[in-house]
Amino acid sequence: MRAERMRHDAHAGGAIASLTPPSLTLQQGLWLLAAAGVTLAPHASYLPWWIITACASLLGWRAWLLWQRRLPPHRVLLLLLTLACGVAVRQEYGHFFGKDPGVALLALLLCLKLLEIRRSRDVRAAVLLCFFLQMAVFFEDQSPLIALAALSGTWLAVVTLLALADANAAHRAQMRTGALLLAQGLPFMLMLFLLFPRVQGPLWGLPADATGARSGLSDTMSPGSISDLSVSPDIAFRVEFSGSPPEPSARYWRGPVFTRFDGRTWRAERPIEASTPFYTPSGRRFDYRITLEPHDQRWLLALDFPGAGAGAVRGDGAGAGPIRFTNLAQALLPRPLQSRSRFELSAWPGTATGLQETAATLTAALALPDGFNPRSRELARQLAAGAGSDAVILDRVVSYLSESRLTYTLKPPLLGRDAVDEFLFETRRGFCEHFASAFTVLLRGAGVPARVVAGYQGGEVNPIDGNLVVRQSDAHAWAEVWLGGRGWVRVDPTALAAPQRIEAGLAAALPEGEDLPLMMRQDLGWLRNLRHRWEALANAWDQRVLGYNPERQREFLASLGFGKVGWPQLVALMSGVGLILIGGLMAWASWQRRLQDPLERSWQVFCKRLARAGHPRAPWEGPHDYGRRLALALPRQADELLRITASYARLRYGSGANRADIRALNRQIRNFELQ
Amino acid sequence: MPSATQPLASTLRRASRAMVDRWLFRLDRPEPSPIVLHQRRIYVLPTNAGLGLAVSLLAMLIASINYSLSLGFGLTFLIAGIGIASIIHAFRNLFGLSLSAGRCEPAFCGESARFVFHVTNSRRWRRPALRLRLHGGETAFDLAAADVTNVELASPATHRGWLPAGRMTLETTWPLGLIRAWSVFLPDLACIVYPQPERAPPPLPLGAAEGGNGRRLANTGDEDFHGLRPYRDSDSPRHVAWKALARGAPLLTKQYAGHRGEDVVLDWHTLPATLGDEQRLSRLTAWLLAAERAGHRYALKLPSARIDAGQGEPHLHRCLRALALHRASDTPPAESNRDAR
Repeated sequence: MRAERMRHDAHAGGAIASLTPPSLTLQQGLWLLAAAGVTLAPHASYLPWWIITACASLLGWRAWLLWQRRLPPHRVLLLLLTLACGVAVRQEYGHFFGKDPGVALLALLLCLKLLEIRRSRDVRAAVLLCFFLQMAVFFEDQSPLIALAALSGTWLAVVTLLALADANAAHRAQMRTGALLLAQGLPFMLMLFLLFPRVQGPLWGLPADATGARSGLSDTMSPGSISDLSVSPDIAFRVEFSGSPPEPSARYWRGPVFTRFDGRTWRAERPIEASTPFYTPSGRRFDYRITLEPHDQRWLLALDFPGAGAGAVRGDGAGAGPIRFTNLAQALLPRPLQSRSRFELSAWPGTATGLQETAATLTAALALPDGFNPRSRELARQLAAGAGSDAVILDRVVSYLSESRLTYTLKPPLLGRDAVDEFLFETRRGFCEHFASAFTVLLRGAGVPARVVAGYQGGEVNPIDGNLVVRQSDAHAWAEVWLGGRGWVRVDPTALAAPQRIEAGLAAALPEGEDLPLMMRQDLGWLRNLRHRWEALANAWDQRVLGYNPERQREFLASLGFGKVGWPQLVALMSGVGLILIGGLMAWASWQRRLQDPLERSWQVFCKRLARAGHPRAPWEGPHDYGRRLALALPRQADELLRITASYARLRYGSGANRADIRALNRQIRNFELQ
Repeated sequence: MPSATQPLASTLRRASRAMVDRWLFRLDRPEPSPIVLHQRRIYVLPTNAGLGLAVSLLAMLIASINYSLSLGFGLTFLIAGIGIASIIHAFRNLFGLSLSAGRCEPAFCGESARFVFHVTNSRRWRRPALRLRLHGGETAFDLAAADVTNVELASPATHRGWLPAGRMTLETTWPLGLIRAWSVFLPDLACIVYPQPERAPPPLPLGAAEGGNGRRLANTGDEDFHGLRPYRDSDSPRHVAWKALARGAPLLTKQYAGHRGEDVVLDWHTLPATLGDEQRLSRLTAWLLAAERAGHRYALKLPSARIDAGQGEPHLHRCLRALALHRASDTPPAESNRDAR
């Protein structure tokens, strides 16, 4: 026992006070503030501005109190503040139920909790709130950057708890221990992430605002009602072709089909659904895998034209289920898509559809409301006059539009009641919706069945991972004309005015002076390259990490050699791996112990050996006394025993012990044999 | 000992605790020092905060499943993993600690007995946030790397006789406060508790001395200064040698000699018959202290023992010890030379 180095005597009585600090120490407070700040920062883009301001002020107030070493504000004041926050949240959202008001309340509560802290329990509550809020960001965004923010937030929260448990440790030691805990927690996370039995959510109905599904497509279309089409670079879906992708001009991804027109607005008709397509796929086949971002609609946005070949359709994620085909050549999901999902599909672009179309469909594709767009209908009658067939009319309409010098723009003027008339004869400026709408109205006016199809067109191949990326800005509208014997023929009227839109994308089609968001500009090569790299990384993240679901888990386990595994096997596997990990940690805990102090270890070996021989060292006996007693008891080895005990005493209590001496003693003890 | 008047619940709790001590912790008899905390005697359970976190994690897991939040799973499992790692850290904070019973100064009944333990950290890293608990009292301390600390624990002395340190726990909730690791032991350490001195005892029975051979010194009064001796807790502040202290001397107590050398016999049997046993012991204790303070030679007669006249601190403690152990129902725990005087 090294009683020489007694440091301090702890006293009873001070213990109770140290368990419940009256307020935070500066160190604990700073860690907690940092944890709260890092947790709340990603929420800044999703919460209303006043909540962000309120949170920032409350945190600033707390920091100031901490700096000035003042006590927390009075309870009544805090209570009033809390009530005020509750009322304000109620005003903002109109209710308390649901994700958004919940997150807002949590954020405000965290900041108020920081002000209220008086005891260690309050700190723990604040840390729990931090964890909940880190989780809440994931409703909005699960990108790698957000994951990194959550990781740092967790680390800061852990360091806060460390500072709470041990206020006397140095900053650096706490940061190190926090990082160590995090590093030791990671294998468990990986194991649980991969092996925890995954169930396909939801377990119960989701609140309406549960997912951040935003659609680039709407199920109505009113050309002329929008004067400035905002172009979003958000990704709508990603496609991975198993071979080479089809030509850009054949990349039409079908969404809603608009048949009904009331003069202003195009609406989708409720289609007839079936489990097999209404056409016979033919021509070249393209196999691909599409990863759809949630859009809260049933459209699968399949490449024209999807078919149900062997293994042609397989989905996972929340929208999984048998895919439905419609008489409008669409593929539909059984439910609106609420989470990112992946589907394996095949497309036959050369297929003829609607060869035997029903009379009802054709009649609907001819209907025009009376009293709208008189000049266009007059024009249509002129174009139809004397034409031998629908195909001739189609040719005439196409050449009329090509020759009428229409301009493609994202900022068309607003149009009045007779939108098609104004577009064709006055403004002559518009985007795909204007073109498709005017074209379809002309054809219907000329007695040819036609309809508008919305969806996406084109897409950009990311050179890093070879995936085709289709953005919201690739949203498009085109037309389909029914010709006897050929079925529905796709015509893209936009291509008549701006063929680049189809061949090379939006940016190429726009006239000079119309700006696109920075990330979509073609001229900044390095920026595009950077964006490609980032998107390839994000895609890998989406597919591997975010897309890990029950289906993917089955595949992963199968690749490990576990064929069909149920819950019991997964739980057993999890426990097994968990025990191995815990065993590793236990080994670490005791390995460090054995690593310490070779001198003490040799001495213990020596004492143990003599104890077995019947001469145990008494607890109070120092090495010299013990040596003398041993020398008397074992006179034949007295010299050696005295030498060992004396050199132990010298190395232990004297100054200037070095490794060589310790090794020498160690050797001496090892070579010592009782006779 | 549970009596019939005690509520059944507390009796049951006590019985179950005794059973747990016996079967789980294997606490049968005091164990000799040093007590080294090995793997098998360190226990871990979640604290209330740990249970709270577990419930929160469950909620986060359900939310992750319901909303198919992959990163939600990741965060939940990461925090769970950190929690598991913190179990090992808590365990490691105790693992290999060695604890040996120190000393315990005799205490008077009604005061608190102060047990001292030496806790040794033989490792090269710090062991923070340790707590030693005894009879509801606890002391928090940190151990520096390769360090020995004396930890003092106060325990109320409510009965005269032997006060064993009894069931002690050494625990820590480091690192995150989620897990409590602890170890239970019965150290081989007992404190002797003297009877409580009577508050206002009658004067010393000087005249009753056998033979009346007291040698009163001529011309010396009751309050004559006799000498100095080291200060003891029981000394009155009025007798502290403040002047000596001001000169830089340690805390000393002035001794007064009035009846120097006079023999006093403090006899159990001569006390009034109306006094109960404990009252007799209290009075004798007070008289012993008074006699020692006054500088008399004093003898003690008890039904069970007789101590011849003597003087000085060892004699006083011998007498007080005889009083403390008078018909003590508890047989003293294993006699140890550390706490006997």
